[in-house]
Amino acid sequence: MTVTTREALADVEAATVEVHDVHKWYGTHRVLDGVDLTVRPGEVTVILGPSGSGKSTLLRIINHLERPEIGHVSINGELIGVKRQGERLKELSERAILTQRGRIGFVFQNFNLFPHLTVLDNVAAAPVATGRLGKPEAQELARELLGRVGLADKTGAYPRQLSGGQQQRVAIARALALRPGVILFDEPTSALDPELVGEVLAVIKDLAASGTTLVIVTHEIGFAREIADRVVFIDGGKILEQGPPSEVLDTPRHERTRDFLSKVL
Amino acid sequence: MSEPPGDTVTLAEAPPTDEPSKLLAAQRVLPLRRPGRWIVTAIVLLLVAQFVHGLVTNPFYQWDRWSYWFLRPTILDGLLITLEVTACSAVLGLAGGIVLALGRLSKSPVLRAVSWTYVWALRSIPLIVVLIFLYNFSALYKTLSVGIPFGPAFFSFDESRLATDMAVAVVGLSLNEAAYAAEVVRGGILSVDQGQHEAAAALGLPKGYQFRRIVFPQALRSIVPNYVNQLIGLIKSTSLVFYVSLLDLFGSAQTMGSTYPGDIVPLLLVVTVWYLILTSVVSVIQFYVERHYARGATRSLPPTPLQKLRTGLTDLRARIRREAAV
Repeated sequence: MTVTTREALADVEAATVEVHDVHKWYGTHRVLDGVDLTVRPGEVTVILGPSGSGKSTLLRIINHLERPEIGHVSINGELIGVKRQGERLKELSERAILTQRGRIGFVFQNFNLFPHLTVLDNVAAAPVATGRLGKPEAQELARELLGRVGLADKTGAYPRQLSGGQQQRVAIARALALRPGVILFDEPTSALDPELVGEVLAVIKDLAASGTTLVIVTHEIGFAREIADRVVFIDGGKILEQGPPSEVLDTPRHERTRDFLSKVL
Repeated sequence: MSEPPGDTVTLAEAPPTDEPSKLLAAQRVLPLRRPGRWIVTAIVLLLVAQFVHGLVTNPFYQWDRWSYWFLRPTILDGLLITLEVTACSAVLGLAGGIVLALGRLSKSPVLRAVSWTYVWALRSIPLIVVLIFLYNFSALYKTLSVGIPFGPAFFSFDESRLATDMAVAVVGLSLNEAAYAAEVVRGGILSVDQGQHEAAAALGLPKGYQFRRIVFPQALRSIVPNYVNQLIGLIKSTSLVFYVSLLDLFGSAQTMGSTYPGDIVPLLLVVTVWYLILTSVVSVIQFYVERHYARGATRSLPPTPLQKLRTGLTDLRARIRREAAV
């Protein structure tokens, strides 16, 4: 069951993400209203949209932190959080969902590092807890990943002793420790001081270059233009337009997109 | 307490030109003198001294009798019972509290309702009533059996043999303690940020691991001080087991007091000092346990009393040196 660090570090095959006709509502409030999205392996997709447009909810539905009311998500063709039972979709057991989440990295706006564990243990926790690696192998992997995000000297520190930018880089290393085929970023730089944004974006850019599938919700338009293969604009729970950054950002077809871009640029 | 105003600087004395203000810039700022604080301190010290003097010299306290009783085997036997009952009820009570807290936080309305009702009932009934009720339990239920609910029994126990005085005391205190511990534990779990649950779920950590390694250790930071408070209450509540014929620390002193009526006051003082010692030991342990669980929560750990003493002395020495220099 367990593997060596070398095997754990081997390149992961980038995943395909398919979101099919997803609807989500809270009470009478519709958050997502029929979203379809396909992310090809190795593609970097940036989701833009005004606050409350449903972009974070979409991200949280992809790894089943939220359950869609209608529709489904699949990664590499495997349904996430549900299984087909005849003509219907039935939610999986909690255990099965947790196993699936191991293949999907998630980076939060507020980092959500475990404050009582050292940086090294934060990164090594998931491979050990899920039984993929023994403790020494997981720690070796964690050291390797922390080196990759430029924090090799911080392994023994506690998260609260780090700056916001460093904490977010640890969070990215933590997500990488499970070797996910896709990583979801929920506004990864929104909680950071402006001067710390660059170091986090540099790490994400590195990941993009390594060919991992990335889905990023962000307000950094310049960054989107630089790394995105595709920009998706969401408003009112619907995808209004999508395409390469040169199209969506420079010559938006939709009035709402133009309006939004004029406010954030 | 309000402070009298310190010496005010008279504006008229302020230099009118630029020249002396440059001079003032290099001056050390003298802190405000607070004579009121010194007077109050002196009064309090006087009162404390008077109290201690009375405690030592008043023949009413019979300190010679106190030293006779303090390490008597009867008293020490009672102390042992107190410790045993406290330790068992603290552990069982906390375990029960964790189960009840999880019940109250469960998504099942039945588990929530049952836990809530238990806490409501046991917090409403006085402990002494629970104890006396349990003491007479064998009269209500002659045998206890393990088997299919409402169906046949596999084993039966003779209630009167099972319910020793010790068992009654521990069960009664644990039942009561669990109700309070449940609220302490629940509060601790609620104090953990929702983002922690989400991060643990997003990483796909197994459910049990999430609770044991991520949520509970963080919850302990707020559980420990509250539960120790609870524990100190429990140490003293054990004196109630005297009413179910168990001779704990208080019970032994009480019994000796009725045999030697002249020694009631020194005996009560013996009990008081032992309870003070127990509480102090618990407080010291609390400090170090809290310090352990503070790791990562604060940028640097709070200093131990020894470290505090050392820095305090260094500061004092530096201050004296500075004052002398002025």
